[in-house]
Amino acid sequence: MTATAGNRTRAGFRQVRAGHLFVLPYVVLLALFGVVPVCYSVYLAFTDAGGGFAGFSNFTRTATDYRFLPALGHVAVYLVIWLAMLSVLVVSLTLVVHQLASRRTKAVIRLAYYIPGALAGASSVLLWLFVLDPTVSPVAPLLKAMGSDHFTDVITPGHLPVIFAIIAFWTGAGGWILVLYGALNTIPADVIVAAKMDGAGRIRTALSIQLPMIRKSITYMLILAFAAGTQLFVEPQLISQASFGVVPNDYSVNQLAYQFAFTQNDFNGSAAIALDLLVIALVSTSLFVTRGRLFDTD
Amino acid sequence: MEMVHSNAHGRRPRRAGRVRGAALTATAVIGALTLAACSGGQSVGGNSSVADSGSKYGFKAASQDSKAQVTVWVDSTREPIAKAYNKAHPHAQVKIVTYDGNANGSNTFKTKTQLFDRAGSGWPDVAFTTDNNSASWGSFGGTGDLAAVNKGLVPQTTLDNFAKGSLDVCTVKGVTYCFRNDLAQNVLWYNKKLMDKFGYQVPTTWEQYQQLAGKVAAEHPGYLVGTAGDAWTPEIYMWAAQCPANDVTGAKTIKADTSDPKCVRAAKMLDRLIADKTMSTLSLFGSDFVKNEADKVLMLPGPSWYGGSVFQGTLKTPAGQIAAASPLKWADDDQTVTGDVGGGAWWISSHSKNLKAAADFATWVTGQAKYGSALAPTYPAYVPAARTWASETQKSGYYADDIVAPLSQAAGQVWSGWGSAQFSQEAIWAKVVQAGMAQGKTVVSQLPAWQTEIENQARTFGYEVTK
Repeated sequence: MTATAGNRTRAGFRQVRAGHLFVLPYVVLLALFGVVPVCYSVYLAFTDAGGGFAGFSNFTRTATDYRFLPALGHVAVYLVIWLAMLSVLVVSLTLVVHQLASRRTKAVIRLAYYIPGALAGASSVLLWLFVLDPTVSPVAPLLKAMGSDHFTDVITPGHLPVIFAIIAFWTGAGGWILVLYGALNTIPADVIVAAKMDGAGRIRTALSIQLPMIRKSITYMLILAFAAGTQLFVEPQLISQASFGVVPNDYSVNQLAYQFAFTQNDFNGSAAIALDLLVIALVSTSLFVTRGRLFDTD
Repeated sequence: MEMVHSNAHGRRPRRAGRVRGAALTATAVIGALTLAACSGGQSVGGNSSVADSGSKYGFKAASQDSKAQVTVWVDSTREPIAKAYNKAHPHAQVKIVTYDGNANGSNTFKTKTQLFDRAGSGWPDVAFTTDNNSASWGSFGGTGDLAAVNKGLVPQTTLDNFAKGSLDVCTVKGVTYCFRNDLAQNVLWYNKKLMDKFGYQVPTTWEQYQQLAGKVAAEHPGYLVGTAGDAWTPEIYMWAAQCPANDVTGAKTIKADTSDPKCVRAAKMLDRLIADKTMSTLSLFGSDFVKNEADKVLMLPGPSWYGGSVFQGTLKTPAGQIAAASPLKWADDDQTVTGDVGGGAWWISSHSKNLKAAADFATWVTGQAKYGSALAPTYPAYVPAARTWASETQKSGYYADDIVAPLSQAAGQVWSGWGSAQFSQEAIWAKVVQAGMAQGKTVVSQLPAWQTEIENQARTFGYEVTK
């Protein structure tokens, strides 16, 4: 081994060690608050209250519970609406903002998009409770025009998936617009200029150049939004309490898991439902990853 | 069993309060995961082995320390009485923690207790809840978290001072687990000034009541004879009709038949009055009702706490208008029966290290008619305190007539055929019947769905359901 090669190895080793140091705090937190709880719920899901091995009985018990399928259905409908809204509206809004000429307008709009997302989840839902109550809502005329004179008219079961999707969009979309905006910025200017010279208009550029080039960011957004969406909890939980129970406290799958743990004292069943959600998230994520070719190198 | 309402005890509901409660529970979920991860799955409570006839308290108590500080959990309405205790007992200070009082179905008391069970520590010594439905959950046959109070913890003479039947709701298999804070017996509240003005007689039967409602609809449209917009609607109308929807016949058995004629008669009445618009379907505590219907209440069947909490507090009806009449009777029935809506309770933890001080606190607060200089916000379950409370209430001059006689009469008329199971009848009613009412369905048409949901909920909690 020559001296140069040795130096290079030592330098490489130092780099690797620095990398490890940077990652360490994250790994510790991930282990404590991510991995350990997941392992614990796997343990819970396959054992009974006394700690004995229970096979799949917790899964069958919770899946045959009369509230399970309706909850699953609620979340599925919500996800379809929410993901469709997210992919269409966020992408179009980002493209529009990106094409604005004035730097100042762009900055103001980016901030405006971001602000609702800066509100913590529960407090933004609280805000929506007022928006949705025709007695106090600033958009009361609109609600009344749509035939909802009272809060209970607004929150009928048919409206709920849309309402939750709107709340989620309002709180979450701004952040994604910023992320996609950043992704658009990474497209080399000469590519755009070349397109222009070839005669592509703004729409053609967006469809044929920009969208394909930020495809991975969009897939990434959908994966995370899907995972967050299956965990629907705060919105229905708060609306349930605000509606004095007319919106049931077992509307979503996560709420059902909560009911299992805390009103039925059945932590094992609760863990089984949590694992159901994990499996659903993993399966659909891998679909997204393969279909969206997330890890392909260009 | 959680209750969906929070307002049972003189506390004015605020949306923020509700949401705060929910935010708390949301935090608890995160806490649950964290705690669960650390505790290694040890379950300290959660079994029936706590009963112990050899112990002087009737259960396996923690090793006692007469100097250990007592922690009490109260809601904001009960905070003054806890402070008053500290003032009266300078040498036995309790640590006061305020929480949402289990309000609005937040279930905080049970949620936190179950987390403490898994962690093996952290329980409060005494907790107040706005509902009285924790007994079957925390009994020796349940999680074992609640201390028995009639097996040596307090003398029987103290327990005998609670209103007859008031401890039944927290008694499981002869073991009593609570000190009832207040009674919530239903009476017929009415606006005497309006009734006199319109020239109406106060009804004594449900049939007369319906007749009068018909007159109100024709002569004074817009005025209300009741509301059916809250989750406790069945505890007012179905309970008084002796509808067998919630007959808890054993530790894990329940009888329910909502197709019974007694349920149908109450359901038909509700439908008729709702159609006539003399019965509101808005929640009494919603901003809608307060804004648009507060001055339209002619009569209002409901619990004792409506007087202070609804009329005086939420609706701000001026003094000298409101009076109470005895509960209404169905003409065909042999005797008058009524229901009750909530009524808070004080619970002692079986894990307390200072049971004597905890019991001393709980019996002292239930024995008070006054919270400092103010009158207790609700009708005390402790009879000597109730007497003082009644005479003081009359002296306050808010009511247009004597409310003490009808209230104390109603206290003894609560029908015992409506039990207190581990699940919430209110949550069931809200989820099924009220949600249906919001979509324009009649109550009668929803009786089968109500039955199905009761059966489903009951089975989920391991109950055997018979018709």
